[in-house]
Amino acid sequence: MNGGDEVVAAPPGPPQLLDWKFSQVFGERTAGEEVQEVDIISAIEFDKTGDHLATGDRGGRVVLFERTDTKDHGVSRRDLERMDYPIGRHPEFRYKTEFQSHEPEFDYLKSLEIEEKINKIRWCQTANSALFLLSTNDKTIKFWKVTSQETSLVARSRRVYAHAHDYHINSISNNSDGETFISADDLRINLWNLDISNQSFNIVDVKPANMEDLTEVITSAEFHPTHCNMLAYSSSKGSIRLIDLRQSALCDSHTKLFEEPEAPSSRSFFTEIIASISDIKFAKDGRYILSRDYMTLKLWDINMDSGPVATFQVHEYLRPKLCDLYENDSIFDKFECCLSGDGLRVATGSYSNLFRVFGCASGSSEATTLEATKNPMRRQVQTPSRPSRSLSSITRVVRRGPETPGVDANGNSFDFTTKLLHLAWHPTENSIACAAANSLYVYYA
Amino acid sequence: MSMVEEPLYPIAVLIDELKNDDIQLRLNSIRRLSTIARALGEDRTRKELIPFLSENNDDDDEVLLAMAEELGVFIPYVGGVEHAHVLLPPLETLCTVEETCVRDKAVESLCRIGSQMRENDLVDWFIPLVKRLAAGEWFTARVSACGLFHIAYPSASEMLKTELRSIYSQLCQEDMPMVRRSAASNLGKFAATVESAYLKADIMQIFEDLTQDDQDSVRLLVVEGCPTLGKLLKPQDCVAHILPVIVNFSQDKSWRVRYMVANQLYELCDAVGPEPTRTDLVPAYVWLLRDNEAEVRIAAAGKVTKFCRILSPELAILQILPCVKELSSDSSQHVRSALASVIMGMAPVLGKDATIEQLLPIFLSLLKDEFPDVRLNIISKLDQVNQVIGIDLLSQSLLPAIVELAEDRHWRVRLAIIEYIPLLASQLGVGFFDDKLGALCMQWLQDKVYSIRDAAANNLKRLAEEFGPDWAMQHIIPQVLEMVNNSNYLYRMTILRAISLLAPVMGLEITCSKLLPVVINASKDRVPNIKFNVAKVLLSLVPIVDQSVVEKTIRPCLVELGEDPDVDVRYFANEGLQSIHHVMISS
Repeated sequence: MNGGDEVVAAPPGPPQLLDWKFSQVFGERTAGEEVQEVDIISAIEFDKTGDHLATGDRGGRVVLFERTDTKDHGVSRRDLERMDYPIGRHPEFRYKTEFQSHEPEFDYLKSLEIEEKINKIRWCQTANSALFLLSTNDKTIKFWKVTSQETSLVARSRRVYAHAHDYHINSISNNSDGETFISADDLRINLWNLDISNQSFNIVDVKPANMEDLTEVITSAEFHPTHCNMLAYSSSKGSIRLIDLRQSALCDSHTKLFEEPEAPSSRSFFTEIIASISDIKFAKDGRYILSRDYMTLKLWDINMDSGPVATFQVHEYLRPKLCDLYENDSIFDKFECCLSGDGLRVATGSYSNLFRVFGCASGSSEATTLEATKNPMRRQVQTPSRPSRSLSSITRVVRRGPETPGVDANGNSFDFTTKLLHLAWHPTENSIACAAANSLYVYYA
Repeated sequence: MSMVEEPLYPIAVLIDELKNDDIQLRLNSIRRLSTIARALGEDRTRKELIPFLSENNDDDDEVLLAMAEELGVFIPYVGGVEHAHVLLPPLETLCTVEETCVRDKAVESLCRIGSQMRENDLVDWFIPLVKRLAAGEWFTARVSACGLFHIAYPSASEMLKTELRSIYSQLCQEDMPMVRRSAASNLGKFAATVESAYLKADIMQIFEDLTQDDQDSVRLLVVEGCPTLGKLLKPQDCVAHILPVIVNFSQDKSWRVRYMVANQLYELCDAVGPEPTRTDLVPAYVWLLRDNEAEVRIAAAGKVTKFCRILSPELAILQILPCVKELSSDSSQHVRSALASVIMGMAPVLGKDATIEQLLPIFLSLLKDEFPDVRLNIISKLDQVNQVIGIDLLSQSLLPAIVELAEDRHWRVRLAIIEYIPLLASQLGVGFFDDKLGALCMQWLQDKVYSIRDAAANNLKRLAEEFGPDWAMQHIIPQVLEMVNNSNYLYRMTILRAISLLAPVMGLEITCSKLLPVVINASKDRVPNIKFNVAKVLLSLVPIVDQSVVEKTIRPCLVELGEDPDVDVRYFANEGLQSIHHVMISS
């Protein structure tokens, strides 16, 4: 790297507050346009390089986008610098292709309708300049190859991994070994070889002998980014279990358990419901796990199972309204979470198409609320978000963003029908893609 | 003119079909590639067909797989070994596709071609190909490269050999686990071609690096290669380099690695010699037999007989047998089942006295296992014990086990035991069989599951073969014929099936006097299914009986059935009549 490159002279203290700007929107709604149910985005995922972005929707389609700002420019970085170009170029994407991944089905044996909705997308290893990805609905996982043939792009289903889940699949995750992946439903986690679609191994089974004894279900599962033998899964009771595939063939006993029981004083009818973890993500280095429950984001160090290293309040202001949220089922909404590639920030969605970004580096007090519109900072209020305690490396931080119960900063009441559930952070840059109904917004900082 | 065009016409079609949209047609065409090549002649095959195939690499996997396979045997069609190199380019392309099975087949075909190529051609064409693949942009090419080194290496010059060894070692240190896996699993083959001086230096270094790999999936494959590598080394080198590694692996953190060790360990005994086996491998194996993970114990238990065969009987009794005793009451039924499937083979290894004293109690306890698979596995290998200690010592426990399995509520278990009945009959002898098992064999004819009734009918035939027609006349035929009047038509159908199976064994006389009348009688059954089965059975009896019987009895019966109100009965009856007609004419 030659001098003068990106002024990363690591300033002492916390990293600077990011200034988020709108970059792009795909499928923007015109005023008054009604959203078709099938168009609502239900999954977002960047590939490992960040050069591709995939979304899935309730209509069973997968849409691919590719980055345009890194390719197609013959000019080298050094030339750009000499020309005094702004260096901080941000990722820009263009529509690449789309294909129908899943179709609605009917299970005649169980008399059940199977929705085509894409629950998760995961990118796989690129080979021979073709793209590969896994997509899943409630029951069936598919392995796709996308190649350019002559002038057009063609997506072909290479394998279908079916009939292995009695319950709804909530997660799929690739292993770092490049040959296996897991799929998790409410009660079980199965291990697959990418090349073999007719058999999988059950590695976790939490189904009690008697279904009436059922108290806890699996809500999300993910492989460790580099240790092929480790995976984590979260539960509806708010716990995260780390398991080691080396230990035994059936991993019903965990290696580590991470949980933080609610203080007895604040227990209520809703305690168990809001404790349910809707999503977990490993940080890129594999040291930390981010979890999202209804009220908070929590960051866990996998070497410390006594409690989270940081907690970020996302929905604390909704506590008085839990009863209403329970009545209209919003309390069961499953918000996803994500971490930045450098592990310094975390983000998650909320209602009114808002999403929030928190700094999690020690000493950071960053807490930004953005709205998924062309003017993301519209609702931003410069409230000094004060860390509740001093920030040494061992303290646990509880930080609050601007929170006014019931209404947002502009005095608007919150809209529980517009919720931002799905979002993803670019693996190498400060760029977030998020879904507001049928629209995909991309922001950068 | 037409003389020339006629044979060429189908070839044109085949070539055309190589480009057809219908995958089935393309596949058919690829499968007949040699026909196309023969028609084109060697010259045009080299200059037109092969280049065409080289471009045709974006097809469905099935087509590519077939192509990879066909090209492997294509040397004769391109003009023999001196032209073999023209086959390399299309296979090189197939080595880079992302579908694993296509790549594997392409590598296999390349190896097959390479092993026939002349040394100079290997240097000119094959080695550059290996180097290109090893430096490929995508991991797919590099994965394939690993499987070609053992063909390329022997004919390379000293300098090239050094380069090839260094490229291989780089492949073993790749970032992509897929490449390291391929390098690990091909290491044994490559090592077999490397001179012993480099074997100890370069190859063992690569081996040691791979044994430290982070990825379980890589270490697993290293374990798999240990025996092959061990056999290449002198015993003392094997003891110095391989033995410590495998002993270490036997205590690896990953159960999958230990599982692999449990499967491979016995193969290493020969390579290290008896003393290190006693001091190191036996203790390692004992550890694995007592592993925490049931999967590892399953693998270890399954190899117990093979392992004991290598050891002296004393060592086996002293070290292994105590573990076997523990495993016979293991908490996992699958471990007990794996043990039961091999333990009978230990009898010849340990000899008569030790078997009676030590193994017999284990056999008896496994015969009483609550899990049917365990009992079945013991019964299936009964002959191995019979040779050593005779059956008498077991028969007391055997009978209740068989009876219980015969009545198991899972039909697959009942099916399995029926299939062992002829084996049991031959081991136990007529006397024992008559007393205890005869009734069971009849009972199965009336099982509620079709597969069991069918197997029961087959079983009667095999018993009749085992004990002879006289015995069958006494112990099978009367009982079977008695059931022909059963009120359930499904059971009556089973009897018809049994008759058609027994007739060839029983011979002409008994068939005519006993079986045929019963069948004829059944043609008056009120159920059409019985009647058309009668038609089928009658036809099966034709080759056994005299022509006069056919004319006097079988044909009239079929004629009568041919006028049955039921369409299916008429169909099968007429079919039977026609076949008889054909047989008559041809004879």
